Amino acid sequence: MTTAYTPELTEIKDAIHPALGKVEIPDFVSESELPSRDGDRVIQYREALREAMTEEMRRDERVFLIGEEVAEYNGAYKVSQGMLDEFGPKRIIDSPISENGFAGMCIGAAMMGLRPIVEFMSWSFSLVAADQILNNAPKMLYMSGGQWGCPIVFRGNDGAGGQLGSTHSWCVEGMFANVPGLKMVIPSNPYDAKGLLKTAIRDPDPVFFLESERMLGDKAHVPEEEYFIPFGRARVCREGDDITLISWGRPVHFCMEAAEKLAGDGIECDVLDMRSVRPLDIDSVIESVKKTNRIVVVDQSWPFGSVASEAIAQICERCFDWLDHEPVRVNTIDVPTPYAKNLEAAYLPNAERILEAVRAVVSE
Amino acid sequence: MSQTISEPTERAVQDQSNGPRMSDDQALEALRTMQLIREFESRTMQAYQRAKIGGFCHIYTGQEACAVGTIMSLEKTDPVVTAYRDHGHALARGMHPSACMAEMFGKLAGCAKGKGGSMHMFDRPNHLYGGHGIVGAQTPLGLGLAFACRYQLDVMGSGEKRVALCYLGDGALGQGAFYEALNLATLFSTPVIYVLENNGYSMGTALKRHAANADRLVDRAEAFGVRGVEMDGLDVMSLYEQFRPVVDDCRERQVPAFVDLKTYRYQGHSMSDPQKYRTKDEVEQYKEKDSIARLASQLMTPKDDGGRGILSEDDWSAMQKEIKDLVKEAMDFAEEAEAPGESELTTDVYANPQPNLSPQSVYGHGVKNPLL
Repeated sequence: MTTAYTPELTEIKDAIHPALGKVEIPDFVSESELPSRDGDRVIQYREALREAMTEEMRRDERVFLIGEEVAEYNGAYKVSQGMLDEFGPKRIIDSPISENGFAGMCIGAAMMGLRPIVEFMSWSFSLVAADQILNNAPKMLYMSGGQWGCPIVFRGNDGAGGQLGSTHSWCVEGMFANVPGLKMVIPSNPYDAKGLLKTAIRDPDPVFFLESERMLGDKAHVPEEEYFIPFGRARVCREGDDITLISWGRPVHFCMEAAEKLAGDGIECDVLDMRSVRPLDIDSVIESVKKTNRIVVVDQSWPFGSVASEAIAQICERCFDWLDHEPVRVNTIDVPTPYAKNLEAAYLPNAERILEAVRAVVSE
Repeated sequence: MSQTISEPTERAVQDQSNGPRMSDDQALEALRTMQLIREFESRTMQAYQRAKIGGFCHIYTGQEACAVGTIMSLEKTDPVVTAYRDHGHALARGMHPSACMAEMFGKLAGCAKGKGGSMHMFDRPNHLYGGHGIVGAQTPLGLGLAFACRYQLDVMGSGEKRVALCYLGDGALGQGAFYEALNLATLFSTPVIYVLENNGYSMGTALKRHAANADRLVDRAEAFGVRGVEMDGLDVMSLYEQFRPVVDDCRERQVPAFVDLKTYRYQGHSMSDPQKYRTKDEVEQYKEKDSIARLASQLMTPKDDGGRGILSEDDWSAMQKEIKDLVKEAMDFAEEAEAPGESELTTDVYANPQPNLSPQSVYGHGVKNPLL
C-alpha cells in the first residue's frame, strides 16, 4: 500500500552527502608542508601508481581494481605487478576486452557503494566505453536528483605511446574534459602520480586519471610517508619573470627543457604544472600572468576545442589587460597521429616548438 | 503483419516450473498495482497532451504484468534498474505516484527533483537505480549492481544473498553492451536477472525485422552460459509462479539468468508515435488478452469454476475508484508543486564540489532529495 507522500526538501549539510554518506576527503596541506621531493627512495612512475592503489586497497575493502591483464599478467604495463598475490582474484580482476561492459559494470557497482578503479590499457580504448563513462558516470548524481553519485577512478595511458598510429594515440583530455560532473587529473611525475591517485580514490566523484606510457618508467624520489595532493592546485616547477608556461602531463617536461635553454638566453620562464585540468587552477595562472604578462600554453592534444583553448579563454576573461602579447598555444598538430617516427616527432609538442613559441612571444 | 509474440511457445510450456502459488493477498496486491499503473499512465497521457509533461514520454500500458509479477518475486533490498519506459517499474517498486508524476511535471518534489524527467526515475529508498534513456546502457549497470551484491557477500561479508533485476526492451537486443554484460555475468558469476520485456517492437521496427533468429531469443543468453527462460508476460499469476523460482535459484547459487517475457504495449513507442507500423486490429487482439481484465476475472470467478472467488464486482469497482482518487491526487500534487529554484541548476553536479571545476558555474549541494 502506498503511504502518504510528504517530501522533505531541506538544505544538504556540508560533508554529509545524503547519497554517499560522509565524504572522506583527506586533510590537505600546502605544497611547502608536503614531504620533500628530494631523497633517495627512487621509484618508477608505475610503482608510484601501484603504491597508491595498494595503500588504498589495504585501507578500504570497497576498493578493487579491474581491467584487461591487470591480474595474472601482472598488468599490460606492469602497473599492477604483484597486486593479485596480495589481494587475490576477487579484488584484482582480469576482464575480457569489453570496455563498455566492464566500465558500465563498475559504474553500477560504484552506485552500490563500492570504489572501483578501472584500468584502461589505453585511453584510446575507452572510446568504445564512451556511453558509459560520459553518459552515465558523470551524470548519475544530477540525473538522480542527488540520490546516487559515482565514486570511481578510470585510469590508463593517454597520448602517443610511440609509433602506435592514429587509433592508439588518443589524447582524450580535450574531448572528455568538456563534460561537467567528472574530474580530470594528469600527473607529470611519480611523486604527483602517487599523491593524486590516492586523492582520486578517496574522491566521491568520477575521476578520469590520465597517465602516459612514455612516463611509466620515469624515476623520482617518492617518500615513504603518506601524503595526498589536492586537485586544482598547480605546482610552480620553475620561477621566472619573463613569460608563463603552463602544461600538464608529459609536456611539462618539454616545458622544463625549453625553460632551461631559454634561461641560457636570459629568458626566465614561470613554469606551472597544472596537475589537474578539471578543476583547473586558473587562479595560479592569473597570478603568474600578472607577473610575466605573457603566456604560452602547452597541450598534447589537438588544438580545436582543447584544454589549452579553454585555459586561454579563461586567461583572456580574467586578465586580458595584463597581457602584453596575445596568448599562444602549442598543441599537437591538427592531424591524425602519424606512424613514421619523424612525422610523429613533428606532430607532438616538444621543447623545440615551445622554444620557438616563447621566442616569438618575448621578442615582440 | 500480425505478431504472435504472446502465444505461449513450446519452450514456455516446457520451462514451466512449479514455483509457489501466488497467494490471495498477493493476487489482490498485484491487481491493485497493475491498475494503479494503468490509471497513472492514462493520466500521464492526458497531462502530456496538455503539455504539462515535456520531452519524451513512454507509456507502459499493456505491459503491467511484467513489472508487477517480477518485482513481487524480489526482496525489498534487491536492486532494480530499468530503461526509459520506467513509470511502471517505479510504481511497482513502491515509488509514490505523486513523486513520479511530479518528476514528469519537472517539479522539485519529483523523485529526481525535476532533473531527470520521464525516462529517469530514481528511487533510492526503494532500491530503484534508475530508468535509463540510452537503449541497452542499463544492462552493464545491472550487471554492476549484481557484481556489487556478490562482492559485498564475498569480500565484505555482508551475509546477504541478493539478486539484481535489469529490465530491457527487445530493441536493446541490438546493442553490443548487452552481450558484453552477458559474457561478464557468467565469467564473474554475477546474480543479475535480465528481464526482456519483449513487446514485439523496437520503436517502429517489428521483432522479426530487428532480431535474427527471433523465435529463439533465449539462445542468445544460453550462448554465454546464462540460463534463458520464456514466459507469458500477460498473465501475472503464471508469470510470478515461474519467475519466483528463477529468482530463488539465482539468489541461492549467485548466478545470472535471462527471461524473455512475451508482452505487448497498447500505446505507441512514445507519445509522438503515429503507429503506422501495426494495425488497429492487432492492438485490439491483444487488448482481448488484457492482463488486468484477465486477473480481475480470475479473482472474481468462483472457486468452483476454477477461479479464486476473492473479489466481488463491488470490491473491484471500489478498488478502481480508490486508485483513480490516488492518481488524481498525484496529478493535483504535481500541478501545485513548486518548480526547482534556479539555484538547483548548478547543484548535484559533484558530490565534492571544488573551486575552478568550471569557468562559469559555482557548484554546490542542493536541497535534500524528497525521497531521502
